[in-house]
Amino acid sequence: MNQRINFKLNGETRSVEVEPSDILLDVLRDKLGVKSPKIGCERGDCGACTVLLDGKSVRTCLILAIEMQGCEITTVEGLSRAGLTPLQQAFLKHDSFQCGFCAPGIVLSATELLGKNPHPTEAEVKEAIAGNLCRCTGYQPIIEAVLAVSSEPGRQA
Amino acid sequence: MAIAHQFEYLKPPTLREAVKLLQRHGPRARTLAGGTDLIGLISDGLAAPETVVDIKGIPGLNRIEFKNGLLSIGALVTFSDLRESPIIARRFPLIREMTGWVASVGIRNRATMVGNLCSAVPCCDSGAVLLVYDASVLVAGPAGKRKVPLREWFLGPRKTVLKRGEIATGVTVALPKQKHGACFVKLRRYEGEDLAQASVTVLALAGNRYRISFGSVAPRPIAAERIEALLQGQALSDDLIRQAVRLVPEEIAPVTDIRATKEYRLHMVCVMLERGLRAAVARLAGAGPEYGTSLI
Repeated sequence: MNQRINFKLNGETRSVEVEPSDILLDVLRDKLGVKSPKIGCERGDCGACTVLLDGKSVRTCLILAIEMQGCEITTVEGLSRAGLTPLQQAFLKHDSFQCGFCAPGIVLSATELLGKNPHPTEAEVKEAIAGNLCRCTGYQPIIEAVLAVSSEPGRQA
Repeated sequence: MAIAHQFEYLKPPTLREAVKLLQRHGPRARTLAGGTDLIGLISDGLAAPETVVDIKGIPGLNRIEFKNGLLSIGALVTFSDLRESPIIARRFPLIREMTGWVASVGIRNRATMVGNLCSAVPCCDSGAVLLVYDASVLVAGPAGKRKVPLREWFLGPRKTVLKRGEIATGVTVALPKQKHGACFVKLRRYEGEDLAQASVTVLALAGNRYRISFGSVAPRPIAAERIEALLQGQALSDDLIRQAVRLVPEEIAPVTDIRATKEYRLHMVCVMLERGLRAAVARLAGAGPEYGTSLI
């Protein structure tokens, strides 16, 4: 029943054999060695397994790997290939994370938001990360970092 | 957690081919669009299809169109597509209001509105909102195409009128001809993503006509026909609202579950009906809270 699929992962074309029942999250972590998407609730509630699929944040625990034929996936590994992005630097500066388990998901959700909406309101930031649970910080330093980077003068989307 | 259960995955390139596959495999097959419901069910062992038919390869199902007063939403249109659509924002602000309270962005980017109708859970927000417009579900099957009024679509929790071999290909919504204002009020346990503990949708039309529906307080999203009849032709007043609220226990059949007790649901539906009626009528008059403002 194995089928070979090809898709772009962090800019590189990857080819992998999957069973139809293989969950994308497991294939990314166990077959392709990309560990930034985390195994959390496995039911779409916590956002720890978020990746960008064709530019949009999605839950890899609710997607079959086999659906990815011809698609393009970006994880934090791909995002920061040329160094930390301004958003990631803002998260560092604001001590936005403690344990860091939710960080990859929140980085990607906020990256998606800023790509569509370079100057979001606080309410828009909260809406964008509402599906990413953080049990350490109470969210405030995360929201502050996103707002800070979005208000930097001359910032490009 | 890997899925222990094995199945065959098929991605037909045409609607005709998809219908053929679903007819051949019958109840052993499941239709896959966004997958945010189905993959969770399979992971939890609550669905065990032998064949999964992915309809994302079928052209034309990802369109939002508005022609001659009729809105068509294809089966592959996601909640994010609706939320970002200028047509929806301008013509159907009620639908846009609802999309802001469905799950989270990461789910909305994948979950489809038609899939939400097919999941047919009692808390399905799209069902409640589309009921007030008398929307219809477009169905393609072995016997051709048919159009099912949404009021006949839901049979009970996770049950619809969809038959063997049939696919819901879209939903159509007629824009009311009269001037109108509307409101969707959703009760949740916290700000952020949550399923509805209860929801109330009100559509107020010029000439004192009202359409009202409730979600999460019956085995399926329901139209409040007794309350609609009571309000018919009357201008909204404090006394009329009191009369409408008194009918709520006759309209709904809430249960106690993990998200709320039946008593709390009943009480809150009364509160939300009053607020929803006032907001919809105010919006009809060009005032009231902006769409997207939480009233609860």
